[in-house]
Parts: sequence; C-alpha cells; structure tokens
Amino acid sequence: MRDMLDWLDHRTGYRALLKGALYERIPGGARWRYIWGSTLVFAMVVQLITGLVLWSAYSANAQGAWESVWFIQNQMAGGWLLRGIHHYMAQVTIVLLVLHLMQVLIDGAYRAPREVNFWFGLILLLLVLGLSLTGYLLPWDQKGYWATKVATSIASITPVIGPGLQQLLVGGPEYGHHTLTRFFVLHAGVLPAAVALLIVGHIYLFRRHGVTVPKSKKKRPDGYFWPEQVLKDGVASLVVMATVLGLVLWSGGAHLGAPADPTEPYAAARPEWYFLFLFQWLKYFPAGWEFLAAQVIPGLVLALVAAMPIIGGWKYGHRFNLGVGAALLAGVVMLTWVARVEDGADPAFVQAKAEAEAMAERASELASAPSGIPVGGGLAMMRTDPLTQGPKIFAANCSQCHRFEGHDGLGGEPSDAPSAADLAGFGSRAWLQGLLDPERVATDEYFGATEHVRGRMVRFVQRGVAAFEPDVREDLEKVIMAVSAEAGLPGQAEMDAAQEADIAQGRLLMSSEEINCTRCHTFREMTDGDAGPALTGWGSREWMLGMLHDPTDRSFYGNRNDRMPSFGADEILSDAEMGLVVDWLRGDWTSQHTPEP
Amino acid sequence: MSEHIEGESEVGSETAIGCDTDVQEPEGRRNFLSGAVALAVGALATLAPIGVAITTVLDPLRRSTKSNGMVLVTRLSAVPEDGSPRKFTVSADRTDAWATYTDTPVGAVYLRRVGDDVLALNVVCPHAGCFVGVADDGARFACPCHRSSFDLDGVVNDPASPSPRDMDELEVEVRNEDEVWVRFQNFLPGRDEKTPV
Repeated sequence: MRDMLDWLDHRTGYRALLKGALYERIPGGARWRYIWGSTLVFAMVVQLITGLVLWSAYSANAQGAWESVWFIQNQMAGGWLLRGIHHYMAQVTIVLLVLHLMQVLIDGAYRAPREVNFWFGLILLLLVLGLSLTGYLLPWDQKGYWATKVATSIASITPVIGPGLQQLLVGGPEYGHHTLTRFFVLHAGVLPAAVALLIVGHIYLFRRHGVTVPKSKKKRPDGYFWPEQVLKDGVASLVVMATVLGLVLWSGGAHLGAPADPTEPYAAARPEWYFLFLFQWLKYFPAGWEFLAAQVIPGLVLALVAAMPIIGGWKYGHRFNLGVGAALLAGVVMLTWVARVEDGADPAFVQAKAEAEAMAERASELASAPSGIPVGGGLAMMRTDPLTQGPKIFAANCSQCHRFEGHDGLGGEPSDAPSAADLAGFGSRAWLQGLLDPERVATDEYFGATEHVRGRMVRFVQRGVAAFEPDVREDLEKVIMAVSAEAGLPGQAEMDAAQEADIAQGRLLMSSEEINCTRCHTFREMTDGDAGPALTGWGSREWMLGMLHDPTDRSFYGNRNDRMPSFGADEILSDAEMGLVVDWLRGDWTSQHTPEP
Repeated sequence: MSEHIEGESEVGSETAIGCDTDVQEPEGRRNFLSGAVALAVGALATLAPIGVAITTVLDPLRRSTKSNGMVLVTRLSAVPEDGSPRKFTVSADRTDAWATYTDTPVGAVYLRRVGDDVLALNVVCPHAGCFVGVADDGARFACPCHRSSFDLDGVVNDPASPSPRDMDELEVEVRNEDEVWVRFQNFLPGRDEKTPV
C-alpha cells in the first residue's frame, strides 16, 4: 500500500498538495468564527449533488417542466426530499452569505491586501442571487412564472438595450419553451461554472493572505487547518444540513404551484423572501422612476459596497463602512418586514394565496388520478377540469341571475340580487325536494325572482302539493327519486342503483292522477303536454347542454323562456365551456375520493 | 549505489519544475513575435466557435410575434350590459419555438361596453407585467403586485400609481352585429409609450 502511494506521489506530487491544503497554519488557532466560508462551500457541494440529480429528471420545456417537477416531487423515490433540500439549501445559502459578508465587514477583512478577494466574494453573492432567480422559474408554476415576469420586465426598462436584453433572456418575444431552456442553461451551466471558478479564486486568495485574526486574540498559540479547524467546519456543516432537513420536514418539502398559465390571473405573485425587499422598494416609486428605482439606485448601492475596501483605507473609513452595512441590513430587513405585514393585512392577498393553494392542490390531485397528466401537459389538464373551470365560467356567465349555494360560484357575492334558481345540487333529490316544497318554490332559491313565479308550476306546488295527503306525499318522494335518477348524477349513482324498484314505481307515478307531471311535461313515451321542460333525461349532461344551448327550444322553456340566454345557439359559450360548467354543476369531475351520495 | 540514488533525486527535481517560481522569462524581439503569433493563432482558432455561439445565442432577437391579426374573442351578448368589465381569454394560433399550437389561449383581455362601443384592455400591467385585477368594489382596476391603479377606462387614476402609462387598449371591432374581434398584442412594460413586443 505504502509503495503504491509512494509511486503515486512520485508521479503526481499529491502529498505536497495535500499537506499544503491541510496543514495551513492558522495564527491564533482554530476558531468557530472561521467556519462561515467552509459552510458555504459545503452548501455549494450540496446544491451540486442535489442539482445534478434533479437535472437527471427535469425537462426544460413549457410542456414538460411542471410535469417533470411534479413527477420528481410526488412519484420518484425520495424526490420530495431531494427537491426540498435543494430548495431550502438555496435559501440557507443566502443567509450564510449575508453572515459571511457581515463578518468580513466587522473584522475589516476586506482591507489591503484583500480587496480583490472581497470583490470575488461580492460577485459570488450576485451569482448566487442569479441562481436563485433562475431556479425560481424552472418548475414553471404560477408562482415562478409571474414573479419572473416581473424580473424580466425590470430588465426590459434598461435604456436602449432593455428590450433586446429581455428578448435574449426570455428567448423570444414571449415566454415559452426557450425561456426555460435559457434559464436552465444559466441555472445549471453558466452560473455554477462561474461560481466554481470564483470559489477556487476566492479560496486561493484567502490562502494567500491568511485569515484575518482579531487583534485581541493574537496571543493564542497557532494551530492548523487539519484537524482542529476542519472539525469545527464539519460540525458547522452538519448543523447547516440539519437545519435544512428540519426546514424540509417542517414545511413538507418545496412548494409546487399550479402549472403556469398566462391567461389566468395570479394575484399572489411575489418573489422569494430574499427578494421581497426589492419588491417592496418598487412600490414607493411613482411612474417614471422605474429605471432609477429598479436599476440605478440598486446599482449605486452595490458600487458603494464594492468600494468598501478602498473607503476602508481612509480615516474613519472602516466606521463609515460599518455604518453603511448596518443601514443596508436594517433597510432590507425593514422593507421585507413591511412587505410581509402589508400582504398579511391585505384580505385580497390572503384570499389570492388561498386560491393559489387550492389550485396547486387540485393540479396535484388531477395529476395523481388514474387519468394522469395528458399529452398536452399540466395546463391542458387544468383547462379541461370541470372543478377548476366550471366555477369561473359560472361566475362570469351565469351568476348575474343564478347562484351556487348563494354565491357566484367562486365564493363572491354579485351586486345584483339573484333572479333565477340556485343551481347548487341541480338534478339531485334534495334540489327537487326544495322545488316541490310549497314554502320554498317561490323564494330566490327557485322561481322567486323569475317570470315563472306566476306560472303553473309554482301554482301546482303551492296549492296542489301543499294539499297532498300523506300517501300521495310518499308517492311524490318516489317521483322525486325517479326524476332525479334521470340526471344520473355520479354522486347519486349508488343510491339510484340501490333503489331501482322505488324509482321504477316513481316513473309510473309521474302520470298518476294527483301528481301528474306529464300533464305539462313530456316524459319518455308519455307526451301529453309540453308546457314545461322535458323530464326525459332531466338534469343529465345532454339535457343540461341542451338547455344551455337553447332554452327557447320546445323541449325546454319554448316561448315561455324568461331571460335565459341561448349560450350555445348564440355562441356565447363554446361547447367545451358549456361542457365544463355542466360537469361541474353535476359534480362530475375527477376525484381521489368517490363523491359522497 | 549512491549514483543510483543521485539519479533518482535528479528525476525528482525535474518533475518538480512546475513548482519552481524562479523561472526565467525569455526576452527579446524574437520571443515577442512568437508570443504575438501564438496569441493570434489561438484567437483565430477560438473565434469560430465563439462567433457561431454568439450568433445562436442572439437568435431570439430575430424572433417576433407573428402577424397580429384580429381574433374573435366573444359575442357581444357576453359583455355585461351595465358597463362593468369582464375578463375574456384570447385564443389564437401560436408558434413557440419548435411547437405550433392552433387556437390556444395566448392572453386575456378585459372587455366592457362604453355606450355602443366595446373597450378592450390587455390584462397585463404596463408597470411590471403582472395580471391586473378588478378591485373588489368593481369600480376600478387594481394590480396586485405594486399597487398600480386604473379607472374602468384603463386610465391611471392615482398619482402614486407606479404604472408609467394607462392600461394597453387594444383595437376592437364588432362584426356581424355581435362578434367582438380584437387585435391582441402585448406591449413592453415599464415605459411611457406603448411599444409592441
């Protein structure tokens, strides 16, 4: 063994290299305060390891990014932990960098001859921020998409080169596939290479100049990097790793929002917390100040920090630098805090956050369902989901007249009072029981605010049904079962199947002397009257689509139609949109859990 | 025996030459010329890949959004009669790098009736590109990011509003009595004038 190592040393000289690396003399001995640089190197190594593996499962295109990240997060063994470590280590790195920088400032470790190394460090800080910014977009979720749009918008306001710069960053005039390929090459290629080079340079210069020993501690005996300082660095790295693991476990892993959608508002758009101060900063500048606020002032502040090694050489220069450093840190902390407080106190933002969270969960639920993610990707999946789109279509097109459980479908309250039936549970037995309740039929829940309040149906319920004998009432329940069974609601499927006999009886009772639905409504072969909407297939998908298409058709309201637009015939809604709102109203959507009857 | 050892140590010192800091720098015109030529040759050799690389990196500058023709957005009957704004998704054909999408959502507009006309506003905030929302009271547009505020005509209505210009109005036409056609375009954010992307 020894011979082999001798041979290797003879050919490579590795022993001298190792000796140089390990037996670096530390004046005054090893100290806990020298750990920061090493923890940062450790953090970078962790990012390299986790990043490479993430890379092996990531697809940088607009129809594969969210999908592949979802797969890493939810399907791959240990994927959520891997991504969680990468995500939280990035944040811890920023904190460590700031601590490192603060220590350098306090110790005056930037002064001659260490100026160049200070600048190396500053560039490293900017590179790490660049890594964070580019990494935030890669999952291609709503959060990253909208936050990054702001960042590239800021790039575009640079005079003269701005528009070109934005176009180069984005990879074209609009966000798309090439935005991801370009951000990815920056995140996984260009920036890490630059970081690696600068770390090598940073450590080389650090070794050249040695540690900056505080004056008061110079009396202690000298020590060596190996093993005393390495032990301390190792312990510190372990603490960093434990912190990150703790964060991942506590948070349940890195967040993944709903797939990016340029046509869906995202009112919860915020940058990562360490950029929040810049976000808040922009709020204080009125129109016309964008360039100054977003680029000139931050640029000047950076220039001032870069000039610190020079300033530090002047009389009182070091104190000035400390003052500037403290003021900057205080400013950043304050702006971040104000941004948080303002958002927390803004009900619109809190609601937007909750909605974003609901969308994210829904996207994940759909992707986990047996149908999975379609070829069109996560966006196509969301756009064809009744539960996601139905309420929006309802709120925009139906809620001027109708309500859903009293609201507009999205939980809002339209300014005008309802003027048509509440459609929550339409087709169900409960909905019909309400319709046939003399107390309720003429309220806002049903026909209260429509022309039909003076119609024959309301009269029938208020006079006829109100006077039913108990045995007829029982028959009516069976009729309700029968009519509701026509809807074939997924949520009632089990109940309908179990009570097939009652339902069959109910069908016959529909033309009984007392109840006699078919006097006005057509039902299957019984076509005595067609004054009211057909009850054949009532509440089924086809029936509802027909109603939406053209309520003035003879099989629906005919010429008795009251204000209900012909959404299909007049091309107000597309077939796909009508299908989505109908499926949503019928509770017919993909779910992890079978809907409760 | 001793000769052999000496020989070994010589080899050792030769291999260690790289670590020698006292390398004498050659001088003279001849060396200067060789140096200049070496640099030129090296530069020439690397120029080709760098040149090609830069050309391809700059390719996005050649790209522009294809013809901004008018697209049918909705029917007039879907635009609220009371003049309140409603969001509509705009679908059009779109080419994104290698992929061509037909009739795909490309953006969104707010449509509202102003008298007999229809006003079309791009939903993107001219400040920093966020999605402008309608304020809770429905009386104005409000951006959720940096507090830009616009009245229902899309005009900046607050001196503290950071938006440098009004919301981007889009050309709109009502055809065949009830078809609302819009010339959908995005504009560069953060500047006074409307510059199409």
